[in-house]
Order: sequence, then C-alpha cells, then structure tokens
Amino acid sequence: MRFLPIFWFHRCWTGSACAPNVASMLRYALKRLISLVISLAVASVVIFAVIEVAPGDPASFMLGVNAQEDTLAALRAELGLDVSKLQRYFNWVGGMMVGDFGTSYTYRTPVSQMIADRLWVSLPLALYALTLSTAIAFPVGIYAAARRGKPGDLTVMGATQLGIAVPNFWFAMMLVLVFAINLRWFNAGGFVGWDKGLWAGLHSLTLPAIALALPQAAILARVMRSSLLDILGEDFMRTARAKGLSRRQALWRHGVRNALIPVLTIIGLQFSFLLAGSIIIEQVFYLPGLGRLVFQAISARDLIVVESVVMLLVFAVITVNFLVDLAYAAVDPRLRSRT
Amino acid sequence: MSRSLILGACLSSLVLLAAAVSFVWTPYDYTALNIPDKLQPPNAQHWFGTDHFGRDMFSMIMVGARTSIAVALVAVGIGMALGVPLGLTAAARKGSALDELIMRGNDLVFAFPSLVIAILITAVFGAGAINAIIAIGIFNIPVFARITRGAALSLWEREFILAARVSGKGAARISAEHILPNVANLLIVQGTIQFSLGILAEAGLSYVGLGAQPPTPSWGRMLADAQTMVSFAPHLALIPGLAIIVTVLGLNLLGDGLRDWLDPRIRVART
Amino acid sequence: MSLLEIENLSLSIHGTDILKQVNLSITPGQIVAVTGESGSGKSMTALAVMQLLPDGAKTTGVIRLNGSDLLDRDENDMCTLRGAAIGMVFQEPMTALNPVRTIGDQVMETILIHKAMPPRQARDRAEEVLTRVGLPPDRFPLSRFPHELSGGQRQRVVIAMAIALRPKLLIADEPTTALDVTTQAQILKLLKGLVSEYDMGLLMITHDLAVVADMADQIVVMRHGEVVESGATDHLLHHMQHPYTRMLFKASGYQVSLPELAQSRPLLEVTNVIRDYRLPRKGLFDTPGHHRAVDQVSFTLNSGERLGLVGESGCGKSTLTKAILGLEEVQGGDIRLDGQPVFSGHKPNLAVRRKMQVVFQDPYGSFNPRHRVARLITEPFHLLDAPVMGSERQDRIAEMLTAVGLSPDDAGKYIHEFSGGQRQRIAIARALIIRPELILFDEAVSALDVSVRAQILDLLAELCEAYDLTYLFISHDLSVVRTITDRVMVMRAGKIVEEGDTESVFSDPQHQYTKDLINAAPVLPDIGRDVA
Repeated sequence: MRFLPIFWFHRCWTGSACAPNVASMLRYALKRLISLVISLAVASVVIFAVIEVAPGDPASFMLGVNAQEDTLAALRAELGLDVSKLQRYFNWVGGMMVGDFGTSYTYRTPVSQMIADRLWVSLPLALYALTLSTAIAFPVGIYAAARRGKPGDLTVMGATQLGIAVPNFWFAMMLVLVFAINLRWFNAGGFVGWDKGLWAGLHSLTLPAIALALPQAAILARVMRSSLLDILGEDFMRTARAKGLSRRQALWRHGVRNALIPVLTIIGLQFSFLLAGSIIIEQVFYLPGLGRLVFQAISARDLIVVESVVMLLVFAVITVNFLVDLAYAAVDPRLRSRT
Repeated sequence: MSRSLILGACLSSLVLLAAAVSFVWTPYDYTALNIPDKLQPPNAQHWFGTDHFGRDMFSMIMVGARTSIAVALVAVGIGMALGVPLGLTAAARKGSALDELIMRGNDLVFAFPSLVIAILITAVFGAGAINAIIAIGIFNIPVFARITRGAALSLWEREFILAARVSGKGAARISAEHILPNVANLLIVQGTIQFSLGILAEAGLSYVGLGAQPPTPSWGRMLADAQTMVSFAPHLALIPGLAIIVTVLGLNLLGDGLRDWLDPRIRVART
Repeated sequence: MSLLEIENLSLSIHGTDILKQVNLSITPGQIVAVTGESGSGKSMTALAVMQLLPDGAKTTGVIRLNGSDLLDRDENDMCTLRGAAIGMVFQEPMTALNPVRTIGDQVMETILIHKAMPPRQARDRAEEVLTRVGLPPDRFPLSRFPHELSGGQRQRVVIAMAIALRPKLLIADEPTTALDVTTQAQILKLLKGLVSEYDMGLLMITHDLAVVADMADQIVVMRHGEVVESGATDHLLHHMQHPYTRMLFKASGYQVSLPELAQSRPLLEVTNVIRDYRLPRKGLFDTPGHHRAVDQVSFTLNSGERLGLVGESGCGKSTLTKAILGLEEVQGGDIRLDGQPVFSGHKPNLAVRRKMQVVFQDPYGSFNPRHRVARLITEPFHLLDAPVMGSERQDRIAEMLTAVGLSPDDAGKYIHEFSGGQRQRIAIARALIIRPELILFDEAVSALDVSVRAQILDLLAELCEAYDLTYLFISHDLSVVRTITDRVMVMRAGKIVEEGDTESVFSDPQHQYTKDLINAAPVLPDIGRDVA
C-alpha cells in the first residue's frame, strides 16, 4: 500500500478505517506475491526452452565455420555452454537473481551492463508515456462521461475512435515531420543522455513519449468514460443524489473511485503495450534503448542478450500486474476481506 | 442501424474489396521498378504516387491490404479456435483445478506482449509473415478465453441452464447448445476488435522487420522504407498510414456498431 | 396544513405518458402509502417529488412542499432540499450503498454536504442516528464497509443517511421488498417509530397490500399512472369503490381450493441429508472451513401430496432443492425417489431424473432467449430413452400449451414475445411435458404481480385436478404456501424446525421460530376479502 499513498490516505478519512485493514491487506499481498513468483518461474522456463530450440551453436556461429575444435570448446566453456541444459537453466536464473545476465556472445561484455545502459532510456520512456497517457485520459474520460450525449462527449468519442486507429510509429513519423523537420522544436532523433541534465533528457524523450501515449490515452479515456457511465447507473449513485449531492459531486465522490477498478486493469495491460511499443518507437527516433539492443542482438544471433531482454520485459509486465492487484485491494475493500 | 455500423461496414468492405480485387487487377505491377518515375507525388497516372524505385503506390497499397488482412484474420482465427473452447471448459468446470490452470496459463500468456513473442520466434526461426501470425495469434488466445469464460460464467448461473441440467444434459452439450450461441454475439464483436488490433500489430511487426519479408508488400514495411524520405516525399509515409487508419477505424466502428445492434437487451426492447 | 401536496401531476418520458393527473397530500406525522402493480407509476411519483427523474422527463402540475412548489425550483435549490428537507430510502439495500466507502463516511456525507455542522459534530450525529436505527457504534463501528453488513443492517444504514438531518418528509420506495419477513417487520417498526418521533411525513411506495393495511394512515391506489382510488385506510378498506382496488385486495390474499388428498405410497424420501460448502481458507496454511447449508434433513413426500417448504433467505431451502434435483452431490444422507437414489456413484441418476421437473422463480432467466417455445418446452424429452418425434411431439406440445392456458400457435414464438405470467405458464408446460411424478416449484410465483400470481395459483389448482400433481412448493411467502399446500415444513439455518398439516402449523405453530415468522408476516385485514 505504500505504493499508493493517495488511496491509502483516502481510506483513512474517517480516522478509524486504517488499523484493522492492514492485516488483511498484507495477507492479500502475500498471496499475490506467491502467484507472482510462480508466474516468473514458469515464464523463465518457457523463455529458456524456446531459446534452446534455436538451431546452431553460438560458439561456432561466433568463430565461423573454420574454427578449431579446441578453440570452440574453450569458447563454450567461457560462455558456460559446456554443462547440461538443466545446469545452464539454473546458472542463468541464479545469475539473474544477483544481477548477472551472462556474457554477450558478440561483444563479450556482461549483458547486465548492456541492459542497464539501455534501460535508462526505455524505462523512463515507458513511464513518461504512461504518465502522459493517464494524465490525458482521466480528465478527458470524466469530461465525456459528465456530458454524455452532448457535443463535448461526441467530439471526444470521435477523437478517441480516431486515436485508437492510429499506429503509434506512424504517428511518431508525423510528429517528426511537423515538430522536428518543419518547426524544429525538437531533434528528429537520438538521445542526448541523462548527463546533459534532466530537462535535456526529458526534452529528447518528449516526442517519442507523446507518440506512445496518445493512442493509449484514447483507449484509456474510452474505458474511463464507459466505466463511469456504468457506475452512474448504479443504485448508490441515486442514493448519493437523494442525499443532496449535485450530479458533479456524486460523480466525483462516488463515481470516480468505483470506476477506477476496471480502469486499473487497463493501465496494467497498457504498461506491457507501452514497453512493447517503446521498442518500436525507439526505431523511429533512433533511441539507444532495449529495442535497438534486441534487434541488433537478433541480427547477430546473440541469443543470450535476446533471452535476457525478453525475460526482463516479462518480469516488468508481471510485476506491474502485481502492483495493479495491490491497487485493486486498496480501492476495493471487498477484495481485502475475500482472502 | 446506427451510423457507426454503416460507416464501419463501408470502410471495412472498401478495404476488403481492394484486397480482393488485387488478386485479379492492380493499376500497375506492384513489383515493376521504374526508376525514372520515382518519388512522384499523387497524380493522374499514379493516384497515390510512386516510391523510391518508381513502383506504383496504389498497387502496393492494394496488395498490402491482402497481407494485413490475411495475417490479422488467421491470427483471430487461431485465438478463437483455441481460446473459446478453453474459456467454455474453464467456465463449465468453474473452481476446479482445470479452471485454475487455464486461467493461470492465460495470465502467463498475457505477460508476453505479441511483440515479445515475435522477437522470441524471430530470434529462433528467423523473420516472416508466419511468425507474425503465430505471435499475434498466441496473444489472442487468452483474450478470447477470458471473455468467453466471463460471459459463460454468468450464463451458468441462469435458470435456463439449471433447467437444461434438470433435463439431464451434460456440461459439453450445454456449452454447445446453450452457452456458445449466447456468447456468439460477444465473440463476433470481440473478433472485430481483435481483427483491428491484429492489423495494427502486423503493421508494427513488419515496420521493425519481424513481419512479411520482401517482395511481399506490407503497409508496415512501406512505412519503414519511407522513414528516411519523409522530409522530401511525405506521401510515402502518409498514404500507408492512412490505409492503416482507415482499416482499423472501419473495423472498430463496425465492432461498436455490431455491439449495439446485437445487444439482446436493445433488441428485445425494439420488438 | 399539508406538508406535501401533489396536484394534477403529469409526467411523460420521451413522449410516453407515465403519470396522469396524480393528486395526493401528506401532513406531518402521517404515513401515506402509494400502492399498485408494476407499471402503475408509483415509484415515478416518488422520484418526481425528489426531482430525480430519468433524462427526457417532463412534468406538469404542482408538487408543493411546505407551501412552495418544487417544480419551480432549479437544480441547485433541489440539491439543498434533498437529504435535508426530504430523505429517501430505496428498495435494494445491497446496492444502495457505495461499496468502497465506510458506512460512517456515507452517513456523515449527508450532514457534511449540507454544511449543517462541523465534521466533529457530524461524526457524533452519525453515531447518534446509527444508534437510533439499531446499529450502535460499539458493535457496528463507523469504519465498517457495506459488504460487512447484512441486507437488513444495510437498509438501516440507508435509513440513517435519510434521517440524519431530520427531514420533514421521508420517502421510502419499497423499503422492505428485498428483505425477509422478520427483518421487514423490524424495519417497518423502525420507520413507524421514526415518523412519530420526528413528526415526519412518510410517503411509502409498496406493492404489498398487507404492509399497506398495517402501516398507512392514507392509501393511494394507482394503476397505469393514474390514481384509481384513495382515502383513509380504515375507510378505504371498508368501502372499496373501484373494481381494480377490489381485485387487487382479492388477489393479494388469494385462496384456491385444492382437490382432496388421496392416501398413497411414499414417493420422495429424504434421510439425514447434509450439504456442506467449503469456505475459502482464512490463512495460507489453515484447513478450509465448512458451512453446513443443510443439516440432517429428513422428510417423506407421498405421491399426490402437495408439500410446502418455507424459510427465510439463506436457510438452505435452495440448496436442498438442488440436492433433490440431483444437481449437487450431498455430503451425507440419502435422497431417494420411488426407492431409487437420485445420485449414484457421484453421477446423477437419469432414471430418477426423468421423474422430476422444476419450475424456477425468474420468468425472464428461465429460458434460452435464442430458442422457440416448442424447443424450450420439449427440452426434458432429452431425459427419455427414445426421442419423441413427428406428430406425437406436435401433439404433446399443443396439449401442454393448451393445458397451461396458452395457444398451440405460441409454439413458434420466441420467449421475449411473452409477459412474465405467460412465461411462468411456459415454464410449467416444460415441467409437465414428460409427465414427471414430482415437480419442484422454487419460488415459482414470487416474482409475479399479485393479479398474475392469482391466475398462476388458479392454474396450479386446475392442474392438480387434471394431472394429479405431486409437488414440493418452496417459498418465502407464507400466504401462498398456506393456500397451495397440504403439508408444510419450516426450515431455519439448515434444519427443519417444524413440520405438519399446513392449516394446523399456521393456526397453531409449535416452534418459536414458526411463531416469529407468522407474527412477523403482515396480514391483510379480513375486510378486504369480503368485499369481492
């Protein structure tokens, strides 16, 4: 619950609501945590197995067809390929737990270092986009729901319908055309690096983040709107109106928090779309992120890098869904008591 | 019928028509190089202009529609063919270990975005349209399984299912006879949405080179090729992008329209 | 002077007339009951006073509260009146509260939104009103969430919210319809007490004439959006003028006469049946707990007999029904029909099943909306060894539809073309078509309007005559069970606490729970029955 101070605070409004809920919340979190660990274990087995199917021996690929047998054996030993598959799996998983992702077949440098460098571009980009998407979608969705059927709602619905249909990488190209090539407000591509300062870094990630965020914001706004409209039909909204709340007060005090429950699911799902999307968007803007790394690795058949990046992406998605589950419980007291 | 249904049906059939006609006729041969005519903006001879090899963009868009539709359609087919039976089974055996296994499996597949699956497959087997189909198809399975299970669960609570059980019908027969027809509408609507998502995913995968390989034209790769020329030949990027938007928009409108049109609550009210 | 006066109120929604020239008035301390069947416009009248009508509603006429017309007020004015001058209680306590906010929050909100007092005092006031409605904070702290309370307790919270600012007018829309009889009696008593204590006017909307006769000072009978008759309760009950009012009262206490009971052999034998449900584990390593829904139940039903099973929600009567039908396996005991077990080797026994059919409560959920009536009512043929085909099938369909008062032509229609009462007839046709030896009626008339219910009860009596029915009639409605069964069992917390001849159980109950149940159920005064 520490992740979501805002919900936590909200529940404490009456002053006495906090204490008895901590235990049930912890129990719920523990259950979710166990299921998170199982998911990660299964995912790692699947990824490892798929990569194992890949034809060819990395060592001979790296040294070429004419390599000597003893050189090959030495390289295999160096790469940790000379042990049984089971042993290799546990070496890989065990290594990842302490931050050792193995050695790149092509660059002969630690994969963890390569990933860490790229992560500093990809992760801020995904988070930047998620923030933008949520910041745009919430007010727009609430605005449309509050004006259901009126011109404002219809305009929003039309615009979001269009927004969903736009491929983000094409939108990115159009942004480059307008804001970088014609208006010259931004650079057309590349990343200046965080050492140039936070603002410079964010500035060079702004166009990619907008390209990623807008189509997702369109989806999120529609979910927010329809979720709110569902809630508006609930009996307790009528009860709220009967107490003397205006339409707007009822919407804000009783509607929004209930409507968040389905919206949270979508935010969780969107994180995986944004991560995947950022891999593509990095190609448009020539950003040195995970996407670039993984495509280079594929063309160089550097499978250990592919394996590790994929595992990292899956880890991120599973972890975010775990956080979403915790957020559910913070929003919905019924979930806490069901455990 | 709503406006969105009509507009959606028109846009979708326009794209389908273009794909179908491309089998028998295109204005030019989509592979024919014609360097002297390269990079022409849209004009009377070349309605959508020409690319950097002088190929006719209109023909390429028509044939590209074929690729997009084929990939997305087969992927939806895979998702439905596997996901719907899984969802029906999970609902029929609600609370059992099998249900739990199917749902956990679903969650796990959800953790692999289709791009990630495509990366894995490509890393192992190399790039190609088949990979795109499999990657998008696998991602569609849990979508259909989940939506089928959700709808089926609420149907299993209904009294007409109890009545069928009292009449001695087993879970498989009830699923086929009572559950499936009542979730069909939902599946058609979701199928339309997944179809449009498939078009977007295919474009994304071929843009990064994980989809259909040359010489098969695909909208995503046309965009990739256009990227370096966008400053002096913007039509190369604009036109495939608009083709994608029209297709996806059409399918989404169609899905929304179908949802309203097929909604039994609304239909009952109308009769 | 009147507290509330409604004069010539007419209402249309998107051009459809809902209310026509409605008149009524309430003085402080008075209870006025508006009654009628579904579609009579009684709830819309209540919502019109609150000005909480659906979009597209147009009202004309006058609604005067303390002398000033509410229809002239703008939305902001109405917001200051709602909750402060007019409180409202709704039908469905399970959904009327916001699930993600504590009850304390929700009661305090009424006070805070009107800025009636500072938060600290509002908190005290919330505790005070919750105590008044029977939820003292030492047992029901303000930090409880709605899902931690029962239906009756939630309705008390809703009432607390409505009266927190001591409104002059309280509107209650079917406040006890979703509740059990014993809970209903408590809530009605609470409402009555509040009215006299605070000198409020109470506008009560209910379809239940027994409740009306019990509670109201004034009765307003509505039908199709019009007031057909109104007046002081005593006077109206003794001098009903309008035929509809008479019909309504007659149908409410409707009685049928069943054919004589023939002595015969035991058909259904239930012996020491136990049905346990597994509860979710409390902790990760705890053994899961059990809830015993049916606890050592034994009874015998003879062929030709009409047996009733009454009890409140959660007493285990539905669970027992499912066990008898062989839909769920029992954890102990034995259920036999004609000497054969309904469950054998963890599988339902088809040979036994074909001797049993069921009619459910919900006329809308009981049929697959995609099948035609012919296919719907022939579904039980699946239980037979040889399929019934061709002209025999047509004849059986025609016979059954005629038997339940429909036309053979209806076989080709879809279920949405029928009204609730007609659907229940079709459900009976489906149950009868394989001539089962036993029919279970699971709350089969509970969802119907009184006039329709009376017709279905008539139909059942006719069918008893024509087909020698044996049935188990499960219901929470004591008055229906009393007229439609020969023998009755009373169930509570999984056990059968009393069993005997229907008339003797009702006139001379032995078990304390049966007594409570019968005392709690509001009864129509005899006057109503004589009139027609």
